[in-house]
Amino acid sequence: MSELRVLCCVKRVPAPGARINVTDDGQAVETAHLGFTTSPHEECAVEEAVQLVETNGGAVTVLTLGPPEAEEQLRYAASVGATDLVLVPIEDGLAAWDPQRTASALADAIQAIEADGGPFDLIMFGNESADSGGFQVGVRVARALGRPIVNGIKGTELDGDQIVARRAIDGGFEVYRLPRPAVLGVKEGINLPRYPTMKGRLASKKADMQVRDIAAGAGGQAMVQLKRPAETVKETRILGTDETAAAAIVDLLEEIGVLGGTQ
Amino acid sequence: MTMLVLLEHDCGEITEAAREALTAARILGDSLGESIDAVAIGAGADDVVDEAGRFGADTVHVVSHDLLTDYGPDAWAEALAQLADDADADVVMSVGTDRGNEVMAQMAARIDAPFVANCTEIDTDDDPWSVTRVQWGGSLLEDVTLTADRKLVTYAHHAVAAEPADAAGDATVETFEPDLDESVTVTMIADRDVLSQGITLSTSPVVVSGGRGVGSADAFAPLEELAELLGGVVGCSRAVTNNGWRPHSDQVGQTGTRIAPEIYIATGISGAIQHWVGAMASKRILAINTDPEANMVSKADYAVIADLHKVVPAISAEIRRRRGA
Ligand SMILES: Cc1cc2nc3c(=O)[nH]c(=O)nc-3n(C[C@H](O)[C@H](O)[C@H](O)COP(=O)(O)OP(=O)(O)OC[C@H]3O[C@@H](n4cnc5c(N)ncnc54)[C@H](O)[C@@H]3O)c2cc1C
Ligand SMILES: Nc1ncnc2c1ncn2[C@@H]1O[C@H](COP(=O)(O)O)[C@@H](O)[C@H]1O
Repeated sequence: MSELRVLCCVKRVPAPGARINVTDDGQAVETAHLGFTTSPHEECAVEEAVQLVETNGGAVTVLTLGPPEAEEQLRYAASVGATDLVLVPIEDGLAAWDPQRTASALADAIQAIEADGGPFDLIMFGNESADSGGFQVGVRVARALGRPIVNGIKGTELDGDQIVARRAIDGGFEVYRLPRPAVLGVKEGINLPRYPTMKGRLASKKADMQVRDIAAGAGGQAMVQLKRPAETVKETRILGTDETAAAAIVDLLEEIGVLGGTQ
Repeated sequence: MTMLVLLEHDCGEITEAAREALTAARILGDSLGESIDAVAIGAGADDVVDEAGRFGADTVHVVSHDLLTDYGPDAWAEALAQLADDADADVVMSVGTDRGNEVMAQMAARIDAPFVANCTEIDTDDDPWSVTRVQWGGSLLEDVTLTADRKLVTYAHHAVAAEPADAAGDATVETFEPDLDESVTVTMIADRDVLSQGITLSTSPVVVSGGRGVGSADAFAPLEELAELLGGVVGCSRAVTNNGWRPHSDQVGQTGTRIAPEIYIATGISGAIQHWVGAMASKRILAINTDPEANMVSKADYAVIADLHKVVPAISAEIRRRRGA
């Protein structure tokens, strides 16, 4: 079998801690004191791609559409094994990129990359992006490219020309068999992503990054504002400050009727 | 004008999400002055008609074809898209489960229309619609406008509690046979692997969870013991799965499992927003943490400010003592 060409699409998002704050104009998440990351689903997609290529030979390309700073997320992917980095730079914020617009630009970018470097055997998306969570960009891109996609994938395996993909459901898996080239929407749990090594970090600084300018028109979903959900402030009852609190805890368990357990 | 409501079912077994979809559709139908045209696709579709009627469907479109033997995103979306054309639908809606969102995204891609996933409120007074939807798995809300001739939306799973209709009657059955070819079977389920039956993280009445504060894989043994005494299961935070201490199937949160137990016992977990959204539907939360300022503590109903390594075994010991063992 010839070498595998795998592409992963990742999105730069803020990494909030205990709460998410919104800017006064309601147009964005307040990021003044935040770092940035990608969705764990996408981190796992990159890891899965790197593992597939380690076993079968080939190369992993990572693509993002975002502000110039999204280079940070591409370099991170390079530090854990991706070799080719592609940035589709945008000038307006990602909030202006509704799912249709994003997908149309990504599909154009992928076609341009494939025209230069050859077709991808497999394209991987996160199941949903961490922030806007539209649950659709991967599906739209796959459709535009005329390739099959299944979402929610927590296991992959190559079987000759087929990709066996497993989707987790409560208490088991659904198994799909897709011909290549194929597209998958991946969920966290498919693997345990590695941490970058020192060598990986150094290599990532030197990795080549292509910049591709792509234009796309807005779709039919337009953001008006972000807002925080109503919060119910509760009084926390402190049951103790050492292990003697066990008595009060078991009283509570008894009261709510969960002490039945295995007698 | 017609509003289609896609019902999720697994080979004839109707899902709670389908009941939610019909409940939400009644609200939407009222504001639009449209009746409820439910859609059941593929093998077993006939079996959901009665239940759909009970939850307010006026009509159930039973969609069948020799190729519609099981679930597949392309097969379902293609069939739904053809029915929408046939019925001249102006709205197609469902609930944002894995399948619900996948089929709607597939349908949207087919007709290059917008699809608004995981809505909590929909205002149809004006066109474009004003819609509130979920971001960050529920930690944040977004108001959007939706401009489209055929509007595709899902309600967020659990945003509407399923309730039977007051004036439920028998639904009229209409059959529809889409024009399909073999290409739609490429993404159809080829096989199923059943792993476990019985209680899982998402259904357990008690979840005893550990975070980074637990310290190691071995140190989960006391949590497992307590969970077993209570007939519950062990959960964890992402810090724990990232360290390889527990499998991802134990992870609670935005990219893990959403839980709704009678009681959630969260030990050594700080309560980051992405963890919280997975735990917030719990009826009661007990946090055990050395840090009184931890977000998990301030959001919990009950808290013990102490070392989990001492408190957790003490709870198990106290349960045993009371049971006289
Ligand atoms: C897009 C995205 C999605 C994510 N999805 C998830 C998700 O699904 N689930 C999830 O959990 N996280 C998720 N995260 C990660 C999340 O942001 C946090 O990093 C993670 O939840 C932290 O885990 P933790 O609370 O165990 O660790 P920490 O934040 O390090 O907290 C450890 C806690 O243990 C306490 N502690 C330490 N020692 C003891 C002791 N001996 N006894 C008692 N208490 C002690 C400390 O006081 C502290 O509060 C996601 C992040 C992103 C960006
Ligand atoms: N701006 C972007 N750049 C690259 N990939 C993206 C972008 N937005 C979304 N994606 C990919 O599409 C998946 C689904 O996104 P969404 O439809 O927003 O939930 C994500 O997990 C990413 O893999």
